[in-house]
Amino acid sequence: MNPLLYLLIIPGLTVAGITLVKDMKQVRLVAAVGMSLQLLWSFVLLYWFYQLRAAGHTEEMLFVSSTTWYEAFNIQYKFGVDGVSMAMILLTSIVTFAGIFASWQVAVLTREFFISLIILAGGVFGFFISLDLFTMFLFYEVAVIPMYLLIGIWGSGPKEYSAMKLTLMLMGGSALLMVGLLGIYFNSAPDGGPLTFDLTEIARIHIPRDAQLFFFPFTFVGFGILGALFPFHTWSPDGHASAPTAVSMLHAGVLMKLGGYGCFRVAMYLMPEAAHELAWIFLILTTISVVYGAFGAIWQKDLKYINAYSSVSHCGLVLFALLMMNETATTGAILQMISHGLMTALFFALIGMIYGRTHTRMIHEMGGLMKVIPFLSVVYVIAGLASLGLPGLSGFVAEMTIFVGSFQHTDTFHRVATLVAASSIVITAVYILRVVGVLLLGPVKNEHFHELKDALWFEKLSGVTLVVSIAAIGLAPLWLSNLIREPLGQMLHHLIN
Amino acid sequence: MNLQSEIPLEYMIVLSTAVFFIGLVGVVIRRNLITMLMGIELMLNAVNINFVAFNHYLFPHRLEGHFFALIVMAIAAAEAAVAIALIINIYRKFSTVSVDDVDELKY
Amino acid sequence: MDYAYTLWILTLPVAMFLTIGLSGDRLKSNAAGILGTAGLAVIAALSWFTAFSYFGSGLPESGFQPVIAAQTTWLAFTETLVIHLGILLDPLSVMMLVVITTVSLMVHIYSLGYMHGERGYNRYYAFLSLFTFSMLGLVVATNIFQMYIFWELVGVSSYLLIGFYYEKPSAVAAAKKAFIVTRFADLGFLIGILLLSFNTGTFDFAALNDMSGSAIAQPVTTVFMGLSVSTWAMLLIFMGGAGKSAMFPLHIWLPDAMEGPTPVSALIHAATMVVAGVYLVARLFPVYHFAAPDSLEVIAWVGSFTSLFAAVIACTQLDIKRVLAFSTLSQIGYMMVALGVSGYGDEGVGYMASLFHLFTHAFFKALLFLGAGSVIHAVHSNLMTDMGGLRKYMPLTHLTFLIACLTIAGVPPLSGFFSKDEILVAAFEHNKVIFAVQWFVAGLTAFYMFRLYFNIFWNSDPHYHHTPHESPPTMTGPLLFLAAASVLAGFVPFHDFVTTDGKPLETEFHTLVAVPSVLIGLAGIALAWWMYARKNSRPESVAQTLHGLYSAAFRKFYIDELYLFITHQLIFRFISRPVAWFDRHIVDGTMNLIGNTTVSVSVAIKKMQSGELQWYIWYFTSGVLVLTLILLYLN
Repeated sequence: MNPLLYLLIIPGLTVAGITLVKDMKQVRLVAAVGMSLQLLWSFVLLYWFYQLRAAGHTEEMLFVSSTTWYEAFNIQYKFGVDGVSMAMILLTSIVTFAGIFASWQVAVLTREFFISLIILAGGVFGFFISLDLFTMFLFYEVAVIPMYLLIGIWGSGPKEYSAMKLTLMLMGGSALLMVGLLGIYFNSAPDGGPLTFDLTEIARIHIPRDAQLFFFPFTFVGFGILGALFPFHTWSPDGHASAPTAVSMLHAGVLMKLGGYGCFRVAMYLMPEAAHELAWIFLILTTISVVYGAFGAIWQKDLKYINAYSSVSHCGLVLFALLMMNETATTGAILQMISHGLMTALFFALIGMIYGRTHTRMIHEMGGLMKVIPFLSVVYVIAGLASLGLPGLSGFVAEMTIFVGSFQHTDTFHRVATLVAASSIVITAVYILRVVGVLLLGPVKNEHFHELKDALWFEKLSGVTLVVSIAAIGLAPLWLSNLIREPLGQMLHHLIN
Repeated sequence: MNLQSEIPLEYMIVLSTAVFFIGLVGVVIRRNLITMLMGIELMLNAVNINFVAFNHYLFPHRLEGHFFALIVMAIAAAEAAVAIALIINIYRKFSTVSVDDVDELKY
Repeated sequence: MDYAYTLWILTLPVAMFLTIGLSGDRLKSNAAGILGTAGLAVIAALSWFTAFSYFGSGLPESGFQPVIAAQTTWLAFTETLVIHLGILLDPLSVMMLVVITTVSLMVHIYSLGYMHGERGYNRYYAFLSLFTFSMLGLVVATNIFQMYIFWELVGVSSYLLIGFYYEKPSAVAAAKKAFIVTRFADLGFLIGILLLSFNTGTFDFAALNDMSGSAIAQPVTTVFMGLSVSTWAMLLIFMGGAGKSAMFPLHIWLPDAMEGPTPVSALIHAATMVVAGVYLVARLFPVYHFAAPDSLEVIAWVGSFTSLFAAVIACTQLDIKRVLAFSTLSQIGYMMVALGVSGYGDEGVGYMASLFHLFTHAFFKALLFLGAGSVIHAVHSNLMTDMGGLRKYMPLTHLTFLIACLTIAGVPPLSGFFSKDEILVAAFEHNKVIFAVQWFVAGLTAFYMFRLYFNIFWNSDPHYHHTPHESPPTMTGPLLFLAAASVLAGFVPFHDFVTTDGKPLETEFHTLVAVPSVLIGLAGIALAWWMYARKNSRPESVAQTLHGLYSAAFRKFYIDELYLFITHQLIFRFISRPVAWFDRHIVDGTMNLIGNTTVSVSVAIKKMQSGELQWYIWYFTSGVLVLTLILLYLN
């Protein structure tokens, strides 16, 4: 059996287990065990992956297996991974693991909460291992739909509004995406022969230029909405603000990465000519995203809004780098996805924990938290430093790779875009330090804060997992960079010619 | 005697159209259920005229049109029976046969 | 010679940082301090050992050659653009190692006394270790990107240490300001690196500085907006250096950075980190000299202006640490000037002088700060108006402070005299205007330093709440050591060691330069004595006479206000706020509009679903009729 399937089977069994056990304690225990296994299995897969590569398996995808699902339309369950998807799987399992512990204290409908959360995670895993456009889309929907319930039921604030907005905008994206995918499908055999949804096979053929130009925007924007492409990013601040902690973590940390991954794997990879011709439009949009998100974050007062805008900026950088279409920038984009996934998950986890103590997310109502909850505050500072690109943490590696890569273009347009995007590192420093200054430093603002308790064991576990991952990438980035870079050469060759 | 030479098809069509629209107008503008039912009957009869007329003029050696007219009549009779039963019930319940007053199911 | 042991110089501080940082409160605070200090003593010993074995191995024919002691690949961008982490030993970096570890060791020892009993003692030592690590990593960088990495790390350790008293809002604001201003400068640095590395295809200093190689040839000839690409790149890189070294107009963070604990100011904001900009320019000096001579000219003028500007402000400040901070600015300006006017090879007096001054300055400025710390420790105030007559109470501090003041004033035969003299010689040979400015600044320096000295140690006693007393030996010990270093550092045959090309440089004594510079220094001291040695009304009357200049200088020429205007008014209010508004109301508004339109349209057409059969018939028939007519028309 394909070892990748365990990535779907483990969540499935976990969900089954959750339905069987009795109370809240057992539910979260089962969830924690399941997701720990999943994390473990991801590392096993990574090791295995390296072994196979070392043993001389140089094919594009490893662990490939395929089962026909619906013969009439040539739809298959086809699974396989390369370095990029391997990295994304690792990210997903780490964030999910941390997410489970961050939601340790969900008391309302615990069982249903964990079930939805794990289904969501399962959808994401399915997406990353799929090589068939149809199943990819299927898992994409599986990942998006539970979000509505998770926000609508366990959220806070105007949760119905936010959940509706998020779901509708993402569904709008799916609709565009569906058009794009069907467009690809119906052009997948320009010389006659059976149509196919198989990603690797479509990559080998040449979709007619007119069809590419028509369907590329659908696909790119469809995925781009999930990747918070300006101006389709507004679900993100409201959605994140209302979502419960673990959902924000998974959503910003992992689900938004589906967008970037899809943009690259599907839109750009399969329609290279259109990507080349239309890149400039999206480059402008993403450059705006990067700076605009950062400026937007300066003025926010709610912690989650700050982080949501910061996500817009950072995810903008992902798409920005992808559109640069060279090996270094693309490596940077994937690194940025992982780095942002980890640190934004950490941010949302911390915001949830702080909110759980102070019952407010308005930064001006808090202050001096460093003194009362030092552990959480220190971790927050670390997350902030990662976000503003401090060397030794993951953000630096990703951003530098992106900027060096984008700078390989010599024309004025790309150069100016790069400079504008690079200037975001200063703006990021401004809003991060503003939050750190107001929230954590200074005198303790509220007398009651002296009674606050610092992080509990599960919160520490959640935070430390993410911090360690961030530092591991930041201190020794070469292995990850090589893992990601290895398949890109061939893919970009395809993209550039 | 050959009817065909005396009355052209157009006359028949004009007649049936007239009957049909009289029936239609009756259904649309009248509020009395009984009158509306009569309008529907008129429309059905207009259709019957068409059936018979076309059958006679276009396919004189076949009988499907005639049969169909008979079926329509039978259905119309059944329909009238059901409709009148409904109308009586409505009258018993609401003490009126005006459609405007029977809007309990709306919204 | 195998220098692999130098790896310990980098790994030990990290180990200390992690040990002290992660153990948190479980470690007794004294233990943390002693551990940190002991670790640093080992590092300093290793550095000295390195220096002796490097310089002591005898001068080879072709001058001192750089040695790569260790190297590993950290990240590969492309085949050629690879970031290595390594240790480069050459005269420049070895000299810096000695300076940093020595001053850092003194600061560590000093802090044992100064920080005694403070909350967060452990945190303090952890941050100091982090800083030491970053700074050492910076100076031994083998390539420009490694330098950038550690450059950012020193920035953040500086942030953490300035904001050490994190409950004090002014400290938090100062830390933030320092970080953001230097970050802005680093953006320039980064873009400079991108430009340079893209055009040369390498990050390595060895390849960049190799003038016989072809790496730098292409960007020199490519012209962009009137300047060659190499000039642009080097100017942008200098922007990074200017931010870290607080050159005008990026100097505003340094005076505020004095909110940090005083030993930190001595270590980071006087002796080591702020000279990183000088180090950066010196490190890339061949590139500057051969590929971008125009940018050297800019550096000279910026340095010169900053030194004058800061010296004028220093004459008016009341906070003793701020006086020292502006003095630091001014002295770094000297170093920049010297680099800017320097030639290469036999004409590299300026380069040598700049680093010589960096070397001596590190000792006497650290001494000044630590002395000031000792004073502050005694009187619990930063303001010189709260001080006076302290020479009676604190004899050791007084003596060492006096030595430091004489050194910075350039009185022979103290070290400051030698290094400043070399700078003036270099400037004299290059540009007479710059020379005149620097000569005048030398006088100003003597004046403001002795203004400080007389105000603290002479003048009249204010009413102390409790009698000030001399600091403990952990604090006076480093003072004495640094005083000795300040006296003796001038006799180090620096021109034999640190030169542009590694070969010894012949320097000669210029009476024409030395005599006037000593004279103006003495004049400055005399003026300060006249005004401040005893309490009198002369300072007020002078301030009255120079009213406009005085108040402008007192307000630091309103640069802070200008920055505040730009950041708060322009960026926050006129960019950020409209962006936030635009996003909420226009972009999000559009999305909501789409949603609301859907809802209102459905509300509107809901009416059509009335349940009234007659209307349905009506719609239906009219539809059929219209369709029929259309079909008829089409046919």
